[in-house]
Amino acid sequence: MQAGQIDILLLVGIIGYTTLIAATPLILAALGGMFSERSGVVNIALEGMMLMGALMGAVGSYFTGNPWIGIFYAIIVGGLMGLIHGLVSVKLKGNQIVSGTGIIIFAAGFTTVMLWVVWGQKGVSDPVIPIPEIVIPPLLGVPILGPMFGSQSPLVYIMFALIPICWFVLYRTSFGLRLRAAGEDPSTLDSAGVNVETVRMIAVILSGCLAGLAGAYLSIGFGSSFSRNMVAGRGFIALAALIFGNWTPFGVLIAGLFFGFLDGLKIAIQVTPALGFLYPFNLWLRMIPYLGVIIALGIIRRSVPPKAIGVPYIKERGV
Amino acid sequence: MNILYGMLSMNTGRIKIRGEEVHFKSPADAIRLGIGMVHQHFKLIPTLTVTENVILGTEPLYVTLSERIEKRKELESSTKGFFRRAGQSVLGGIDRVQPMNFKSAEEEIRRIGEENRLYIDPKAKIQDLSVGLRQRVEIIKLLYRKADILILDEPTAVLTPQEVDELFETLQTFREAGKTIILITHKLREPMALADRISVLRDGSLIGTVQKKETSVEALAEMMVGRPVVFRVAKTVAKPGNPILSIRNLHVKDDRGLEAVKGISLEVKEGEILGIAGVEGNGQIELVQAITGLRKIEDGEVWVEEQNITNKSPRYIQKTGVGFIPQDRHQRGLILDFSIKENLILGGHYRDPFSSNRFQPFPPTLFGPRLASVSIPSPIPHSFLNEPEIVQYSGEQVKEFDIRMTNLEEPARTLSGGNQQKIVVARILGFNPKVLVASHPTRGLDVGATEYIHKVLVRMRDEGVGILLVSADLDEVQSVSDRIAVLFEGQIAAIRDPAKTNEQELGLLMAGQQVNSEREN
Repeated sequence: MQAGQIDILLLVGIIGYTTLIAATPLILAALGGMFSERSGVVNIALEGMMLMGALMGAVGSYFTGNPWIGIFYAIIVGGLMGLIHGLVSVKLKGNQIVSGTGIIIFAAGFTTVMLWVVWGQKGVSDPVIPIPEIVIPPLLGVPILGPMFGSQSPLVYIMFALIPICWFVLYRTSFGLRLRAAGEDPSTLDSAGVNVETVRMIAVILSGCLAGLAGAYLSIGFGSSFSRNMVAGRGFIALAALIFGNWTPFGVLIAGLFFGFLDGLKIAIQVTPALGFLYPFNLWLRMIPYLGVIIALGIIRRSVPPKAIGVPYIKERGV
Repeated sequence: MNILYGMLSMNTGRIKIRGEEVHFKSPADAIRLGIGMVHQHFKLIPTLTVTENVILGTEPLYVTLSERIEKRKELESSTKGFFRRAGQSVLGGIDRVQPMNFKSAEEEIRRIGEENRLYIDPKAKIQDLSVGLRQRVEIIKLLYRKADILILDEPTAVLTPQEVDELFETLQTFREAGKTIILITHKLREPMALADRISVLRDGSLIGTVQKKETSVEALAEMMVGRPVVFRVAKTVAKPGNPILSIRNLHVKDDRGLEAVKGISLEVKEGEILGIAGVEGNGQIELVQAITGLRKIEDGEVWVEEQNITNKSPRYIQKTGVGFIPQDRHQRGLILDFSIKENLILGGHYRDPFSSNRFQPFPPTLFGPRLASVSIPSPIPHSFLNEPEIVQYSGEQVKEFDIRMTNLEEPARTLSGGNQQKIVVARILGFNPKVLVASHPTRGLDVGATEYIHKVLVRMRDEGVGILLVSADLDEVQSVSDRIAVLFEGQIAAIRDPAKTNEQELGLLMAGQQVNSEREN
């Protein structure tokens, strides 16, 4: 193939692959956000939870040599962040935005310090062992599907599996019903004899676990090291995907893939030599996903948030 | 009542159920003992289905309840202390993530519906149901939970007379089936129709309990207010003048973008009270919001005398002379955390004498008259609030409207509902409106405060103000209005003279049935 010619099939394959890579952390985090927000707790802390997850994923893999233990650490630390967010905003009825912002700032500082403490580095950690990719040899030669799924991180498959699981939990189990009720009208849930705080606490912790997993994908799923501020706003894009996806699992999947596609498009353009003429516009290209988010949110008007979102439930007043 | 249902905790005292003292930590305890409550504002989630709302909190699983209890007993016999508690939460957690058995719940709801003649589609979403049907769901919920002590808080406030009859029939059958019913209401005729014994509460204490046979509506009212109450609103015959508010072929959409007001034409004359009767959700809110500038008018016009106020800003409309008593004093009528003083001048704050372009750094109340002339001018008119004027004015209003409070600086939140409503009324009247739009002005008020508000409305009418009164309380519309327009599905179903109509006819009109086939506008 000569330079200057564009192999359409290859390009589509690369965009598909980069879309999946970019979409996976967004969707995982957005699913986490969904649990929290459907229960009535705003979780802008996703960004911070992801960052902590990314750090602990790398730390776990670095010290044990087993990246799956890194994943485990990431989920636990994400859950802990969720616990803190829950304690402040659910138990102590603090402002959810302030609590979330606090966690973001804490995570930014803490991870920078830990990067120094563990690796003695200021920017990027030493390389750690990432999660091995699942290679499906017969797929490798197939156009489009080959680049996309021929060699892909197991976390991508886990993400796809989580969509129906989350849907089932939310719509078919009593926990899901209570969670949705807590987000719509907590006083109704209370009068049905269910402890609103417990439901919300579990939801926020679950939210943190998923965000932690999303972070770990960045450091040891797709990459193989932790770097400072490596989440770079993905937590907020996940929140946008959540709104874009109307707070439903399949909506989150579609929205996440769309935002992932914008991100993937950017990467694909940067790595395809045939599109070299676009290089001078590199800085502009990097704006694509963020501009896309703003435009998409501007167009979407019909998403209906959970009614009681952002309001702490105070019993004596909530009647 | 919320204490009895476990929503609020009590400070002192005892509750006994079937002779045993109980302590409720949450509604779960109350539900377990068979207490069920229908709240005044329904505890239903509009986006969920009937079934989901009914089973919330007691969701059926595919594993039957007896099997689950069996497992729990097994656990309790084999473990103790921490392990037992941990085991219990694990079992509880497993229950929570099992699939719910919607089918059995739907069957159960259908069965309850058939046994009690409370038919409902279990798969319908609450937001698509009428208010009457929503209440039916609330009652089904209690039956589903097998409650036998039923507490109903103002159950008739939002129903048509026919729906009230139906509800009372249902409650009668419950009583015959041996259930205990506690009916909380401020409408005196209801306990007289249904109850066996009647207790009167005032200011949080029990005034007395009487047998129905030994009392009368008048006696109850006196117990409630502490003095004899005049039931018929004392008023002379209206002397309507020229039309002051004209609504011509009005079309307005609701929040969902559906047409809620479909071509209403009305005229309110000087010195007249025009009552709007109708079941809630038939376009009343949209009509009122359109007139007062809070909602866009799609088609048609609204005129006050010679001025077109169609789609003008609320401030312009208010300046034209339209006063507005909003339906919800907490959301629209007051800013609850603002002081009484501030609430009394809201909306007039940008005008003389409440604000000016001169700032007095030394208020005479603190520094004496000598420094009062020192003032800092501002190029922007009315940029500073005029504190002494505001204090004086609000003090006068508080006196005139008999608002019971300790201090002008107190937040409005701390006052009783009746006194809060008096603030709203005092503020509106303070601006000397030519037209008053009163939306549910007495909702949730006790007999005494209601009487007071009615008196004020009639007094304003006699002073020549044109009043549009929207109310879900048919008694109120009938006794206060000079003409009654019945609203059904966004249109005027009929206009009637209150002296020449009765509750049955109005009730049928409200339910959309044609009476006399004749339509006036």
